Amino acid sequence: MTGAMRGLSALAFLALALLLARASADLPPGLLWPPEALHLPMAGWISAAMAWLTDSAHLGPVSFKDLTRGFAALVEAPYQALRVLLVEGITEGRGRRATVIVPPLSWLAVTVAAVALGHYARNLGLGLIAGALMLYLAVFGQWESAMVTLSSIAIAVPLGVAGGLALGIAAWRWRGVERALAPLLDLMQTVPTFAYLVPVLVLFGFGPVAALLATVIYAMPPMVRVTLLALRAVPSEIMDFAAMAGCTPGQRLRKVMLPVALPDLMVGVNQVIMLSLNMVIIASMIGAGGLGFDVLNALRRLDIGGGIEAGIAITALAVVLDRLGQALAARPGGQLRAVGPWWRRHPRTALVLAVILATTALGYLIPALQIYPKDWQLTTRTFWADLMKAINVNYFDQLEALRAWLLEYLMIPVKRFFLALPWPFVLGLATLAGWRLGGLRLAALALALTGFLAATGLWEQAMTTLYLCGLGVVLAMLIGVPLGVLAASSEAAGKAIGAVIDTLQTLPSFVYLIPVVMLFRVGDFSALIAVVLYALVPAVRYTAHGLRGVAPELVEAAVVCGCTRGQILRKVRLPLAVPMVLLGLNQTILLALSMLVITALVGTRDLGQEVYIALTKADIGRGIVAGLAVAAIAILADRLIGAAAQGARARLEGAA
Amino acid sequence: MKKVFGTSCVLGSAAALALLAGAATAEVESTDPIKLTLHDWTGQLITTNIMAAVLEEAGYNVELVQADYLAQFAGLETGDLDVAMEIWATTGQEAMDAAVATGKVVNLGETGMVAKEEWWYPLYMKEKCPGLPDWKALNDCAAAFATPDTAPKGRYLGGPVTWGGFDEERIDALGLNFEVIHAGTDAAMFAELESAYQRQDPILLWIYAPHWAPQKYQGEWVEFPAYEPACYTDPAWGGNPDKTHDCGKPFGPIWKVGWAGLEGKWPGAAKAVKAFTIDNATMGDMITKVDLDGQSIDDVVDEWMDKNEPVWSAWIAP
Repeated sequence: MTGAMRGLSALAFLALALLLARASADLPPGLLWPPEALHLPMAGWISAAMAWLTDSAHLGPVSFKDLTRGFAALVEAPYQALRVLLVEGITEGRGRRATVIVPPLSWLAVTVAAVALGHYARNLGLGLIAGALMLYLAVFGQWESAMVTLSSIAIAVPLGVAGGLALGIAAWRWRGVERALAPLLDLMQTVPTFAYLVPVLVLFGFGPVAALLATVIYAMPPMVRVTLLALRAVPSEIMDFAAMAGCTPGQRLRKVMLPVALPDLMVGVNQVIMLSLNMVIIASMIGAGGLGFDVLNALRRLDIGGGIEAGIAITALAVVLDRLGQALAARPGGQLRAVGPWWRRHPRTALVLAVILATTALGYLIPALQIYPKDWQLTTRTFWADLMKAINVNYFDQLEALRAWLLEYLMIPVKRFFLALPWPFVLGLATLAGWRLGGLRLAALALALTGFLAATGLWEQAMTTLYLCGLGVVLAMLIGVPLGVLAASSEAAGKAIGAVIDTLQTLPSFVYLIPVVMLFRVGDFSALIAVVLYALVPAVRYTAHGLRGVAPELVEAAVVCGCTRGQILRKVRLPLAVPMVLLGLNQTILLALSMLVITALVGTRDLGQEVYIALTKADIGRGIVAGLAVAAIAILADRLIGAAAQGARARLEGAA
Repeated sequence: MKKVFGTSCVLGSAAALALLAGAATAEVESTDPIKLTLHDWTGQLITTNIMAAVLEEAGYNVELVQADYLAQFAGLETGDLDVAMEIWATTGQEAMDAAVATGKVVNLGETGMVAKEEWWYPLYMKEKCPGLPDWKALNDCAAAFATPDTAPKGRYLGGPVTWGGFDEERIDALGLNFEVIHAGTDAAMFAELESAYQRQDPILLWIYAPHWAPQKYQGEWVEFPAYEPACYTDPAWGGNPDKTHDCGKPFGPIWKVGWAGLEGKWPGAAKAVKAFTIDNATMGDMITKVDLDGQSIDDVVDEWMDKNEPVWSAWIAP
């Protein structure tokens, strides 16, 4: 089919859709939204299955619940050890009567350790940055909560990275595993966490471990995806060389492929760290405590400054962990070993140990060495409160006008359009798109997924979700891709934009959501802002990463040919970066959908709200059905985009 | 968190403490920690910390566990969690009734606090709408409460959908020219209030007490026809003969609930939890100290414990 015909048929469909949307007021009721007769009582089935799983399922003599509780205990042991080390120390007695016998690591010791680790991993500059961020935690009174959060992150991230790496390698080795994993990964990333919180709590017990495991479920998928992609991208020459050198498959993987793929893998590690910290707020709702709890608590009493300070503490932790991790991975090996006694060969370890011993011992005499004194703490709370008030009092009318205009001319028309589409038309359109883009199999999948949506009885919420997330994704790509191009254009821009998007991704959206509500009221507009801000991140990150990954020889060749900078970008670098940009689009969609839980908190009426209602009623089945509906939309979008991308690439190559 | 370490000989004091702890816990039925749940609003944190302090005075070991307000019932049923100090009849009744019906959770009685929820407006709105607080004045000032998206109807900011509240029904039954906009969370709801209050702009919203908001902002509750159960079930009741919900919102107690096994394992603790009572005014003062004056919860709880020793000693008296 030629491009012109393709464009024409798309136009024809759009015209038909608009016509149908306009005429839908006159449609018989069963045609607009799926009639009740088609709804399946899936929520009841799932609740019954969960009850069976927790109450009577057995694997041999061991009940399923004992098994999961046992696993929880296994994870809890190192977590509690870390807490003793960082937060509690060794105590006698419990609760308010608790008396510390050996205190936890002092704030000075942890800060010095961060500096030493930075110095070891790269240089003193990195060490000082890490140290300064740790100092922020102490100076702004976030220390104890930050150490609680650090304890759980320090367990969740290695679990997520190791699990993701293992699954990614398995998917790379065995095609079957890859096929089975693909929908599972989508489910893990798109079923809103609220949907499976209750089952996780029932299976793994109340407390930090359940929160930790929910974090791992959410944070692991990018690691799997990146591992698979990175291993695939290892050049075949290197593989051939490994084969010629007589590597066994295991050696080839360990000694050749993983080191070659390391830069790409570190993108995955970065994502696991960022997403784990992103879960800090939700995890704190089910027992993780720490900074997430502080953010929620501060915002509940509208202490915006307190929320921002605790939120920035989360970002600070993320930056320290991420930068140290990246530097450790990139650290050149094979340096000369120093000679002499032990403390001379390991000066940093010796220094840290000395500080730990000194602060612990002297801390009994001078408490300030052990716990950062309250009198030295700073706070910016009044500044933020005054700033918010100033903006609110002086600019509210202009902002209100902007909101009203966007609502009237963009959001409400799009929403009406989606809500007025007759469901058989949507079903047919999705199937047709699947067939045209990917053949019969994709058509069958599209039909099944849309049919599932219709059968849940959540059609209206699903269409509201499509409208909100669709708009969010379009806006995020429109802003994010140019930013990604800019970030790849120079190192300074890259660093600046990198810092902004890292902040956006780790600063809990709740922190900026409350000020946004103060200025834009509750409702879809505030929700859209939150979706765009959060979903922007992968659009920028993947575009920049893709552009930087273009082989320099190709760019040089283009320069030799006399291309201008713009031509190089348009004709060489962007086309070559398309696979990465599309991965970014995929992630943008997934992140936009994952924000549904947050948008529910400002009063939208989408699938996220349905999940949230189910959570507050502890209705396991209802929550999971709504969660699966979100996942169905995500998977459908992902597969259609994937097929379209493949088609586009095939055409490009065919033309070449 | 409460932690003390002095300059005295560490080992000696530790040994002494161990002895003390041994002596104190010898009387109680089980030294296993009793798990009390913490949620995310200040009043509940204060209530729970007071209860924890009292139980510790009686020699019990206590553990405070962060848990979601409604998801916690799953834990209370299995005994993963033992006591939840604040279940509001207005928001948690349904979940509580369901949990109690399983037989694995028991209602440990009222806390003495009463939850009040109703439509509320800042005092400066009285100038624009002199007939308030009588609900009949609302229709005359609907335009004053309107925003561009709701005009000509007035805008009423309701609680999260999950709170229920029957406000759509109330508007319909009372013939009010208002539209309900649901906030997703109470944080978002109070953010709007703070914003409007700073600008002295019109706002009408759902507020509940005990909470810091009615202490911080000057305002009043709208006076609807007083709630009676018949109002919600019998259309004939009230001013509108054809519809239910032609009245205000119900008031309700705040309950304490616990795991059904609590009484068997720690009878003394169960007795103390049942005996716990506190009133709205005392709680309102303590919430204000924490949320508006910036005192720490520990300090506020310590102060209450010092001042009310005769009260709580009676709860744990054998």
